[in-house]
Amino acid sequence: MLKSRIIPCLDVNNGRVVKGTNFVNLRDAGDPVEVAKIYDEQGADEVCFLDITASHENRDTIYDIVRKTAEVCFMPLTVGGGVSKIEHIRTLLLSGADKVSVNSAAVKDNNFVRYAADKYGSQCIVVAVDAKKNDAQNKWEVYTHGGRINTEIDVLHYVERIVSLGAGELLITSMDKDGTRSGFDNILIKQITDIVNVPVIASGGVGNLQHLVDGIKLGHADAVLAASIFHFGEYTINEAKQYMKERGINVR
Amino acid sequence: MEIIGIIDYGSGNIHSATKAFENVAKDLKKEIKILRIQNAADIKLCDRIVLPGVGAFKDCKAGLVNIDGLVPTLEKKILDAGAPFLGICVGMQLLADIGFEGETTPGFGWIPGVVDKIPTTAGLKIPHMGWNTIRFNRAHSIFSGLEDKEKTIVYFVHSYYFQVKKMEDLLGVCDYGSEITAVIGKDNIIGCQFHPEKSQKIGLKFIKNFINWSP
Repeated sequence: MLKSRIIPCLDVNNGRVVKGTNFVNLRDAGDPVEVAKIYDEQGADEVCFLDITASHENRDTIYDIVRKTAEVCFMPLTVGGGVSKIEHIRTLLLSGADKVSVNSAAVKDNNFVRYAADKYGSQCIVVAVDAKKNDAQNKWEVYTHGGRINTEIDVLHYVERIVSLGAGELLITSMDKDGTRSGFDNILIKQITDIVNVPVIASGGVGNLQHLVDGIKLGHADAVLAASIFHFGEYTINEAKQYMKERGINVR
Repeated sequence: MEIIGIIDYGSGNIHSATKAFENVAKDLKKEIKILRIQNAADIKLCDRIVLPGVGAFKDCKAGLVNIDGLVPTLEKKILDAGAPFLGICVGMQLLADIGFEGETTPGFGWIPGVVDKIPTTAGLKIPHMGWNTIRFNRAHSIFSGLEDKEKTIVYFVHSYYFQVKKMEDLLGVCDYGSEITAVIGKDNIIGCQFHPEKSQKIGLKFIKNFINWSP
């Protein structure tokens, strides 16, 4: 039976982990390759790199990091951030990424997803969606450019369309929950998992291990993504898995 | 020295596959060189051949056919000379007679069967993506040191699967809605749907078994 996945996510800026991590015995806590290695050893089901490097000149550093990670970690690797050209996808895949996540570029031109999926297969095209609730209109809206621009597009309509064009997986981040440590927006996640037939990764808001359980049980997510609870050594991946297993979740 | 060739035809997982084989090879007693095969002449140098594959069936087939003389040389090496062969993911699917992904495309026809869409039942998500357990249909050296049932969990990501014509060619399966082919084998040929290069320790063990295998 297919297992629920736990995915630690690293924000990478100019080749360094943003805000660092807090692992003891780690030579360089800001080196994404070393941190990915720790998660590999802890039994993470996948690792996600989000490249937030602003300048185009430094974009190449992420390829180098992906290449080095694939040399030492034999686990699935998803990479996103600033992916706007088919060439970016190709280079990331050849560097050793298994999946590439596309955000703003997919919103700007939905056919980018269709083209990318036709070329490389749906299985490696993840569409990342930053969603924020509009209470007045009782809907969630798609934000782009790292959450700075509100497109006013209805998230539920968008995900249906983008999946029909070939997205192989959705990474849904609730901007309302991100950074709050109060759990995923499971109502949003559940509404999405109800209408699409591709795997959904829940993101944004994890503050404890019960939140991971809730993402699977209440949100029906296929995978749960978290950053700070793992980076700062509050919990290991193994502890998270044990906790989830004890609560009836099928983990590896 | 033994040379293991990994066919480099632009498939996405070539880097990861090469690194995984190098990682396994460095700890073995026999001296092994990993060679990226880029033309037909390279095939002749190799003792074992690996065909990785990510993407669509027809694109992978086209990628191989586009390398001058590669496919006929490969067939001679595997079918006539009997060199051990491992196909990974689409590299395994290409062993079938025919693939139905996108437009209908003929495969190598080395192992009788077809590649068709995973049957969908209510609530089943496509692609089949993530970690799943495999069961062994019969004993094989490729499973040496791996435990049957719940312990052998490997990473899958695919929407199409290999339907074997002959049950004897089916070595391992996983459950995803229905029984899905995970490992096939015939004579000196092995194919796996999952990604050993991405399946952590178990995947590396599988690769080690392939390197040590004498069909």
